[in-house]
Amino acid sequence: MNIVGEILTTAIPGSVAIAYPALGELISERGGVINLGTEGAMLAGALSGFAVTITTGNIWLGILAAVLAGAACGAVHAYAVVIRKANQLASGLVVWFLALGITSVLGASYNGQVVTPLASIPIPGLSSIPVIGQALFNQNALVYVAYILVPGIWWFISYTRPGLILRATGERPAVVFAGGHNPTLVRYVAVTVGSALAGVGGAELALGIVGNWSDDMTSGYGFVAVAVVIFARWNPFGVAIGAYLFGVCLAVSSVVQAQGIAINQYVLDALPYAVTVVVLVVVSAFGRNNAPESQREALSEIQ
Amino acid sequence: MRKAKKFAIGALAIATVLTLAACSTSGTGAKTASAKVTTVGFIMVGSTQDAGYNEAVADGAKAVQKDLGTSVKVITADQIPENNSVTQTMQAMVNQGASIIFATSYGYFNYALAFAKSHPKVTVLHQGGYLTGTFPKNFGTYWGQAYDPVGLGGMAAGGVTKSNKLGFIYAFPISQTIANIDAFELGAQKVNPDAKTYVVNTSSWCDPLKQKQAVSALLGQGIDVFSQHQDCQSTVIQAVKTAGKKVVGYHYDAKALYPAGWLTGSAWNWSAIYEKIIGAVQKGTFAGGPYNADWIGSISTGDNPLQLASFGTSVPADLKAKILTEKAALGKPGSSIFTGPIYCQDGSVLVAAGKVATYADTNSFSCLVKGVVGTLPKS
Repeated sequence: MNIVGEILTTAIPGSVAIAYPALGELISERGGVINLGTEGAMLAGALSGFAVTITTGNIWLGILAAVLAGAACGAVHAYAVVIRKANQLASGLVVWFLALGITSVLGASYNGQVVTPLASIPIPGLSSIPVIGQALFNQNALVYVAYILVPGIWWFISYTRPGLILRATGERPAVVFAGGHNPTLVRYVAVTVGSALAGVGGAELALGIVGNWSDDMTSGYGFVAVAVVIFARWNPFGVAIGAYLFGVCLAVSSVVQAQGIAINQYVLDALPYAVTVVVLVVVSAFGRNNAPESQREALSEIQ
Repeated sequence: MRKAKKFAIGALAIATVLTLAACSTSGTGAKTASAKVTTVGFIMVGSTQDAGYNEAVADGAKAVQKDLGTSVKVITADQIPENNSVTQTMQAMVNQGASIIFATSYGYFNYALAFAKSHPKVTVLHQGGYLTGTFPKNFGTYWGQAYDPVGLGGMAAGGVTKSNKLGFIYAFPISQTIANIDAFELGAQKVNPDAKTYVVNTSSWCDPLKQKQAVSALLGQGIDVFSQHQDCQSTVIQAVKTAGKKVVGYHYDAKALYPAGWLTGSAWNWSAIYEKIIGAVQKGTFAGGPYNADWIGSISTGDNPLQLASFGTSVPADLKAKILTEKAALGKPGSSIFTGPIYCQDGSVLVAAGKVATYADTNSFSCLVKGVVGTLPKS
């Protein structure tokens, strides 16, 4: 197999595990709420997805449980920041701590057990495209759903009325209120739905990729997802590019080593994070400022 | 972010300590009833059910309680991070009456040594230790010589591979890991001179995503037998199972996860050494004895806590026989898989002809042997 194909085959599942929480965070931030609890929602999704799958033997019930667990984390954050007007950053971190603690206690007995991960489904025709066919179109179902979700969310926020209300809530909640809608409800729903997607990201990690649970298995990928949204200028296609770019950088290290190529390992390990920082800086310097207006202060683009 | 995480882990640790402290008040009644009971504490860095390093410790602790019966009371604490919380946990155990504490993670070393110095009545043992110089009278370290059993696992891998390509997934290029990779390749060469070992590191003792990516990348190179030096091994075993390839385990006998593809592995069996150390403390012979030092068990001395795991169903009988013959040969005093001549990848001599590397020699190994494909990360 060629090296491009190998890197993509290795990278795509991990990229998707970042794309889900990033798309969720995009919905939440478009509604005006930053959710740093994304990492926690991924952990909750990963554990509940794994626990339900191993208990019931049905991986789809597991994914459903991951959605609900992610949504529950989001609902807690939304209650704190939308209803009780708590600080968004503080509340998000607390949700993460809580999820980290609870999952490591409840998950203790699941460490080391395994389930069969989601099967890869080759798509006839597309999977035989040279170089990239196998990498892109012989993956599990959650990967394909992620492919569709990107244009779907773009269409939703750009061309539908609920999407318009969501964006307006992120910009000027008072206008939405004057227009006869409830911005509080919109934000509550946006945060909860966004967090549910983070739960799916956790399920992709635990059930789609590895088929097991281990403590703190998200290793900070939920925070990367939050960074990806800013990097992507709150655009779903940008989010997809960011998530895939990060995933590819993560995979490069393994693939290059497996080829026996001598290269500085520590540079490779730092690559995904270095690329994220550089892109963030470059995009911020030259990009149009399209952060949701109600978030501009929090995201502190000093002008 | 890292700081925040440490805070979270610290908060968890404090909660654990509080729980332990709560136990102590309820346990005082039992303690006065029988004065001869020795309370023994075990502290683990990870989950007691990780099918890896920590589960092996937990199993050892359980065996101690079962074998020594009412003469000991075993208390355990798991998921204690390698920071100040280990000191708090040791103190909580002492408050519960513990007179012997086993600190079982590599990174506990400095905390364990400091605690021993400040608590002369408590005997503190560190698993995996590396103290040079004089030991306090109440402190000892113990470990098993890992590379010989790993070499036997390498023989199984070398005998079964069809592509002659083996994969080894490791965490960090520490000397212990380098010795394991070298031993694995040397073992494979004993039965298959063409076997090559491809190495990939994950820069983490347990990051499932990185482990899975490592397996995926190695599969791309045609590797058909995998081994590893990681704390948790479920991800690699599961990924190898999905791909229909073979696996050699480490730390724990996880044959049950994949009986058809599990070849063998190395598994810790700690109870014997735990019991010997506890016995020495009870008899008052610990100070100045073999455990009041840097104790290393090995196959050649017949007391290696790291043992050859059970064989899977796909290991042919003649290969099994070869491995067991080699194991018997390693049992002779002074023998080791690192018997010269052994050459590094660049052709330089690692172990000279006719020489046998000692455990201390292997601790300074810094090169991969001929037959290993890939390089160690250099800073």
